[in-house]
Amino acid sequence: MTRIGRVRRRPGKIGPDKGHTMRQSWSWVLPRMVFLLVSIAMGAGVLAGCATTSNTAPSADTANAQPAQAATGTTGTTGMAGMAGMAVPPPGPGAASPDAPVATDTVAIQNFAYSPATVTVKVGSTVTWTNQDQDQHTVTAMNNGPFHSAPLNTGESYRYTFTAPGHFDYLCTIHPFMTATVVVTP
Amino acid sequence: MSAPRDDAGAGKPGGMNRRQLLRHGAWFGAAVVLTVAGGEVISHVGGDPAAAAGDPNALRFVQLSDSHIGFHGPANLDVTGSFSRAINQVNALDLNPDFVMHTGDLTHLSSPAQFDQVRQMLGGLRTGKVFVVPGEHDSVDDHGQKYRAAFGAGSRGDGWYSFDVKGVHVIALVNTLALEKLGHLGVDQLDFIQRDVAGLSSDTPIVVFSHIPLFAMYPTWGWGTDDATQALSYLRRFSSVTCLNGHVHQLFSKTEGNVTFHSATTTAYPLPHPGQGPAPVPLTLPAGQLGDALGIRDVTYQPGQHALAVRDRKLA
Repeated sequence: MTRIGRVRRRPGKIGPDKGHTMRQSWSWVLPRMVFLLVSIAMGAGVLAGCATTSNTAPSADTANAQPAQAATGTTGTTGMAGMAGMAVPPPGPGAASPDAPVATDTVAIQNFAYSPATVTVKVGSTVTWTNQDQDQHTVTAMNNGPFHSAPLNTGESYRYTFTAPGHFDYLCTIHPFMTATVVVTP
Repeated sequence: MSAPRDDAGAGKPGGMNRRQLLRHGAWFGAAVVLTVAGGEVISHVGGDPAAAAGDPNALRFVQLSDSHIGFHGPANLDVTGSFSRAINQVNALDLNPDFVMHTGDLTHLSSPAQFDQVRQMLGGLRTGKVFVVPGEHDSVDDHGQKYRAAFGAGSRGDGWYSFDVKGVHVIALVNTLALEKLGHLGVDQLDFIQRDVAGLSSDTPIVVFSHIPLFAMYPTWGWGTDDATQALSYLRRFSSVTCLNGHVHQLFSKTEGNVTFHSATTTAYPLPHPGQGPAPVPLTLPAGQLGDALGIRDVTYQPGQHALAVRDRKLA
């Protein structure tokens, strides 16, 4: 993986901000050495899991049998490469359909995403969200915005009429990685 | 990121005096050994649960997480049964935990019936004390009001608190309200943390519980906390800080500076590894494999050690 070098230079969140002294560098290097070991030990399982086919379970066996090997034999590079995947995630396939606004008042909730992710409507329009997933979802405005649904079961809909123009970000409070936007134009 | 108030390390570039550094080095310089046996994973970063077994001063506690009582789906057709097994497994441990902590997503949808059920089930734990922190599933429609009504006694603010047990300072945080994709602590809670640890000796081992990770495990899926760096800056002067979280439904550990993070697995259903698939949606495993993905965790701290021994066990 080409990210290895990048991650090595990447300062840790808790690292010192300014110039290094000898003392500092020890307090800095040692944790990083352990970070390596721990990432090999525990992280490699996750990464090894990532590399295998999808729907592999994070089982205690797979997550940790490999670390035991890695801790004895594998170089640190593997662990760091693994962490690179963690720290600098590639955009998932779900993020591929970007937030190109769509002029519609209908939003489907399916596969744990709002579709379209950004809709544009005129003031006075009523937007309808319908949950097509098995799991429940909500439609909840961020920033103390004006709309918030109850949890929607499969097939249930929520409607909200926008009475003022603006840019309304919202999410699912049950699955907060699900975010989307309604743009209301005058 | 503002500098922590750090009298002990004042004026030192790294915020750490020589004595702390030596201890720090001794701790982190030690080999990290993972023991894998019989479905258990033990991370020794200095601690050894076996050595602490007969030590009456050793702290022992259990972490349960993400029971999602009320979930119905093919990923686990009986989350109540799974959680019940986990509780039985805890009660069968030979370590008499000083407390049990549930790190959130007690319920799936925050309904009164779900809170009532999980509360009754937690009452079946044979332990000194049961603590909880909320997950985002425990506040899906009310900013945590029902959660606090069920579990908020003795907490402050939106449900955070701290306590001391056997020389260890425990901080329980709420990072699932005011969510905007990532977890969030907020100014009030950050102030609480800063004041809470102000009078503590830097030797005091610190254990921090939260639902969402305090490290950036996978921000694309919201697996991180946007203001955690500020919180951790208040803990930088301590020689041993251990952060234990749930939310991600899988084991993961890492060390950053003086802090070690351990994500716990769940008793309900697995989620994919970071980036594996478009979203962190419940995984349905082939028949017979679910139990391997679920589990419980016990943690031992022996005085004189500077790290906690964390042991994860598959659901029995």
